[in-house]
Amino acid sequence: MINIHLILFLAFGAVCVAGAINLLAQTHPINSALSLIAVMAALAGEYLLLGAEFVAAVQVIVYAGAIMVLFVFTIMLLNAGVEERTKGSRVAVLFGIPGMLLGSILVAWVVLRHSGTEAVVAGALPGAPKTIGPLLFHEFLLPFEITSILILIAIMGAVVLASKPPSAPARKGD
Amino acid sequence: MPIWVYILASVIKSAIVLVVLLTAVAYTVWLERKVVGHMQNRWGPTRVGPFGLLQPAADGIKFLFKEDLTPPHVYKPLFLAAPLIAVIFALTSIAVIPFGNSIQLFGYSFPLQITDVNTGLLLILGVTSIGVYGVALAGWSSNNKYSLLGGLRASAQMVSYEISLGLSLVGVLIMSGSFSLRDIVYAQQGHFWGFIPRWNIFHGQFIGFFCYLMAAYAETNRIPFDLPEAETELVAGYHTEYSAMKFAMFFMAEYANMITVACLATLLFFGGWNGPLFGPPILQALLPVFWFAAKIFGFLFLYIWVRGTLPRFRYDQLMSFGWKFLLPLSLMNLIATAIAVAW
Repeated sequence: MINIHLILFLAFGAVCVAGAINLLAQTHPINSALSLIAVMAALAGEYLLLGAEFVAAVQVIVYAGAIMVLFVFTIMLLNAGVEERTKGSRVAVLFGIPGMLLGSILVAWVVLRHSGTEAVVAGALPGAPKTIGPLLFHEFLLPFEITSILILIAIMGAVVLASKPPSAPARKGD
Repeated sequence: MPIWVYILASVIKSAIVLVVLLTAVAYTVWLERKVVGHMQNRWGPTRVGPFGLLQPAADGIKFLFKEDLTPPHVYKPLFLAAPLIAVIFALTSIAVIPFGNSIQLFGYSFPLQITDVNTGLLLILGVTSIGVYGVALAGWSSNNKYSLLGGLRASAQMVSYEISLGLSLVGVLIMSGSFSLRDIVYAQQGHFWGFIPRWNIFHGQFIGFFCYLMAAYAETNRIPFDLPEAETELVAGYHTEYSAMKFAMFFMAEYANMITVACLATLLFFGGWNGPLFGPPILQALLPVFWFAAKIFGFLFLYIWVRGTLPRFRYDQLMSFGWKFLLPLSLMNLIATAIAVAW
């Protein structure tokens, strides 16, 4: 029965990596956005395998559901066309791919150096809503509230930026 | 129980639920045409079978054999994917809906539910939030201004009302202390003073129910919130360019979503399958499923009744209703419930 976990882990991981590569390879923004949704959904699957049901559900509801809908919405509204190849993008390919490889090698080296450590058992960490609730509202109440104030400030900033300046009266025919 | 019994039971349960759901979708369409017909002093379908009862079958055959047009200027991959996304996610959410107690067969106990996830409610919310993409992508990929406007309206409306929908459910969650739909139903067993059922709607969640119902109507794009397909302004909205089976998929998705909404309303506010039990053991076993189906029928009838009664909102009215009335109301309900429970 441990094998099914491994198979699912590899399957979700493959979807995740394939989605991420597709995100970069696609030239149309809406395809890239949809690939990002696939990555997020696959990540939710990985969380579920770790026994973190609540985080998985929130990942889908908030990231794949709400935030990416706004991304897609914006792309649809702007009617953004196919991405153009410029000199800058060639430079990015030239330096980006070696840089990415270097970064991956670095991460792999760090991970492999500690390969002797014991893996986290699935479900050993608190993941159920009943354990997350007290953590969120007792132990980490202050960071939680500060984050909500931060979001409130961001909302207010967005409203201020989006609203028309009050000094300019509306012209006729607007 | 052995693993093969478990797999076999899951397959059989999924097949039964899917068949029942699709039949219910077909006959909700029939019911709607019939009831709205009578409300407008018409007969509705009468020609195919007695009372037009075979009309859904005739419609299904028609959808299958119609020419499947794909307009030339659409973005094909997403144009084909959009109805699939809509219908798949509409049908998925039924998997966590419980519709009765467990039954005993061959010495094993089978819960009447495809799968009992302990975060079932969150799963339904997640699946619904993904379902928005079907409508949004259909509107965008059709390459048609009416479709695009319909898709944009739908996604804006669904994102806005999802917040009130989520908040209106938190009151119920506080009272039952679980995300599992089965536990929520078990928390509503019993009576007040011996005769009023202990359902959440009689247990201080009336405002929560009101908010849920309004938000759910908006989520399913039904009258009075059917602006994404407002035929007087947008031809048919996001599905203007769709024909034959692809159109039928959007139709099925809409009605399947209505049924899911009715199921959730029944489970969360109206005690699920709780109801008076009497008679011989076989009747006692079947009555809970009957009560569940009867309550769902009530909600579907309400949907149709509202459709036959109310006119459509204007878009600005829709947005100000959602953000300035429904959201504060559901927040207040949440705070009041939290204070009452903590007391």
